[in-house]
Amino acid sequence: MIDNQSPDEGIEVCLNGDPQQLPLGCTVSSLVKSLPVEPTAVAVELNRTIVARSLHETTIIEPGDHIEVVTIIGGG
Amino acid sequence: MNTEATHEATVQPTPLQLGDRTFRSRLFVGTGKYDDAETMNGALAASGCEVVTVAIRRVDLDAKDNLLSQLDRERYFLLPNTAGCFNAEDAIRVSHLSRELGLGEWVKLEVLGDKKTLLPDPVGTLEACQILVDEGFKVLVYTSDDPVMALRLQDAGATSVMPAGSPIGSGQGVLNPNSLSIIIEQLDVPVIIDAGVGTASDVTIAMELGAEGVLLNTGIASAKDPIAMAHAMRHALEAGWFAARAGRIPRRRYALASSPSEGVIGE
Repeated sequence: MIDNQSPDEGIEVCLNGDPQQLPLGCTVSSLVKSLPVEPTAVAVELNRTIVARSLHETTIIEPGDHIEVVTIIGGG
Repeated sequence: MNTEATHEATVQPTPLQLGDRTFRSRLFVGTGKYDDAETMNGALAASGCEVVTVAIRRVDLDAKDNLLSQLDRERYFLLPNTAGCFNAEDAIRVSHLSRELGLGEWVKLEVLGDKKTLLPDPVGTLEACQILVDEGFKVLVYTSDDPVMALRLQDAGATSVMPAGSPIGSGQGVLNPNSLSIIIEQLDVPVIIDAGVGTASDVTIAMELGAEGVLLNTGIASAKDPIAMAHAMRHALEAGWFAARAGRIPRRRYALASSPSEGVIGE
């Protein structure tokens, strides 16, 4: 079971297919900045809807959200 | 005889017209499977390509090195693919994400139907192609060597139809030249042979059939010497392009002497 009474008031989300704890009130922008990637090199989907880059700062992630953060890699 | 020399040194295949864009090279090269960025960049340069394909994937939270960050993006036209998608919906999502990533509205559409053969799912491919074209995407669509399907994709508005020479990464070359030549003959949009190239002669054969270009990845990236193979692929494409236009001789069952039969001593 997920401890949703955690002292740091974290929220549980699904990030790139895996469960992830994020701080309460976390924005898309602060999530992206915490990842090991250049923030300008990603695109973000929140519950299957793309969050435009201009909205990253103001979009707050809610408990249970499904987030996909993708980038460009080598491929054929 | 010498008058041809200057001509020979400068002549090159004409540029490739795709939609509203012109590309100087007809060889499209994938950026997957390279061991390191130096080899990738060396091979891409040796191939002379302008269009390189890329994939869209989840950010690696463990921060493995992403070779693509060392690609000179100013030098190449990045063509995102929807590789790994097994239904139209996912392929459309990936196309939208690639547009959000700044890659524009060009996409190499792949909707796969089977994990073992990586052959395309024709129903999902046609559905995704129609929707993406309606949304304004320029769709370069991976398909099998089925001439009827190729026509359907052209009717759906594909910018290029890209039949496989043989299964992706198989290195089997052009398995069905008859069907591919029918596709090339029937379609008005450029046909680019995509997938299955094992070595340089496969590229030449595809071009001799009349293809407008060839797209490959593994044949270069997984060669023992990718840079040397890229060089070979570039020249193989040029050889095939010229041969297709030069007009090959008919095949004969019996020999036809090259030297005059008259004036042989001892007659």
